Amino acid sequence: MGFPDASKDLSSEMEVDAFRRLFPLKYFERHLAEAIRPDGRPLGKARDTTVVLGAVASANGSALVKIGSTTMLTAIKMEVMTPSLESPDEGCIAIDFHMPPICSPIVRPGRPAEAAPVISKQLSDTISSSGSIDLKELSLVTGKAAWMAYLDVYCLDADGALFDAALLSAVAALSHLQIPAVAMNDDGKIVLLSEDDGQKKAQEPVNKEKRNLTLRSIPFSLTCILHKNYILVDPTAEEESVMETVVTIALDTSGQLVSLYKPGGPVLAFTSAIQDCVALTRQRVKELKGILEEANSTMQVE
Amino acid sequence: MEIERPDGRSPNQLRPLACSRSILHRAHGSATWSQGDTKVVAAVYGPKAGTRKNENPEKASFEVVWKPKTGQIGKAEREYEMILKRTLESICIRSIYPNTTTSVIVQACFSLNPSFPPFSFLLVVHDDGALLPCAINAACAALVDAGIPLRHLAVAICCSVADNGYIFLDPNKQEEEVCIYTHTHTHSADV
Repeated sequence: MGFPDASKDLSSEMEVDAFRRLFPLKYFERHLAEAIRPDGRPLGKARDTTVVLGAVASANGSALVKIGSTTMLTAIKMEVMTPSLESPDEGCIAIDFHMPPICSPIVRPGRPAEAAPVISKQLSDTISSSGSIDLKELSLVTGKAAWMAYLDVYCLDADGALFDAALLSAVAALSHLQIPAVAMNDDGKIVLLSEDDGQKKAQEPVNKEKRNLTLRSIPFSLTCILHKNYILVDPTAEEESVMETVVTIALDTSGQLVSLYKPGGPVLAFTSAIQDCVALTRQRVKELKGILEEANSTMQVE
Repeated sequence: MEIERPDGRSPNQLRPLACSRSILHRAHGSATWSQGDTKVVAAVYGPKAGTRKNENPEKASFEVVWKPKTGQIGKAEREYEMILKRTLESICIRSIYPNTTTSVIVQACFSLNPSFPPFSFLLVVHDDGALLPCAINAACAALVDAGIPLRHLAVAICCSVADNGYIFLDPNKQEEEVCIYTHTHTHSADV
């Protein structure tokens, strides 16, 4: 179906932008045949990534991440709550992903985007199953008080590979998180310690000073598009809309597979394709680890 | 070494499968699929004229509604809807009816015990593990029942990896909660 020959004739007469809009698949395939993409990247290269920690001053931990044009802002707010009966010595992390209308012309105000709850669930599954956070660290008083961390990821610009950027910003915010110092007052309630307060009842280490969360192996991910025999790394929104088979692989810093996600799509997932994707993800994990460490060390200098 | 599963199955053994079609009279196509105690009903309505706003009008589009077991539609339901939509889009021949929408509604339901009165059907929480593959199989059977043109049939199976590295096929709810990894695999077989 379609007009296979008409586009060949028209391509020499039409303007590039018109050809891109009318025959998007042919436009991309012409580029793929030369092993390059419209924005000049080779197939296996991801876009420029930047991480800025502490973007939201009023939050306990925050990060702003850009992968190409895709921008994600994460902020973490901590509250004290009573732990559940099944796990009295564990805190809790609630992860939520929002796609406000600012991020894309496809998202209308009042109607939540289709991708938002899916990515939200993927994020919380990936972070909890990677085992990078020990919830027992969020405990204050066993059975009575524990930290609840509300982690909100806001998409400010949706230009493809949303899950990668969201995961990176969530992980960056967690690495920047500073748990506030608290003490228990005479009524048995937990209060925030301010600079000059006299000590009431002393607590565990949390009391003394702010501390960071220890992250064990950190998960990073990479999204690839499979199209015929090509594997395109880190797609833009345009590429994602034209070529439908998307594979997302999350590895942690110790090289273990955290998740592999391929929701449908016309291209079948042969073992060789998956193995190539995993190899590309491994390289990307090294890059992202370097970027995150650099961002952390810049914060510490300040 | 024989690994003991709580219900006595071997690692590669599936639970008893059952499928029936045309169970709903108003729907254009319908099917139920059960794997052990997990039972899912799928209904297909369509193709109906018109596509939704962001869909490509040159192809037939699919809309999946996953009815939750209890309470409001949450994130897990939205994720299943998306996965089912993308899977069904890849098996159907979408160029035959452009600018149409086919709705697939999926509902987990209670497996009928033969001793229960016949009208105690419907809606109560029953999901005994492997819900997503059951839904994919049921949706595919419902599409066949509705006569929607398909390129392939989709077959889905779930397997879980336990702590000791053993792989079990078709886990039930108890096994799913205990294992470290559950994988749903869909394979298309040429019709």
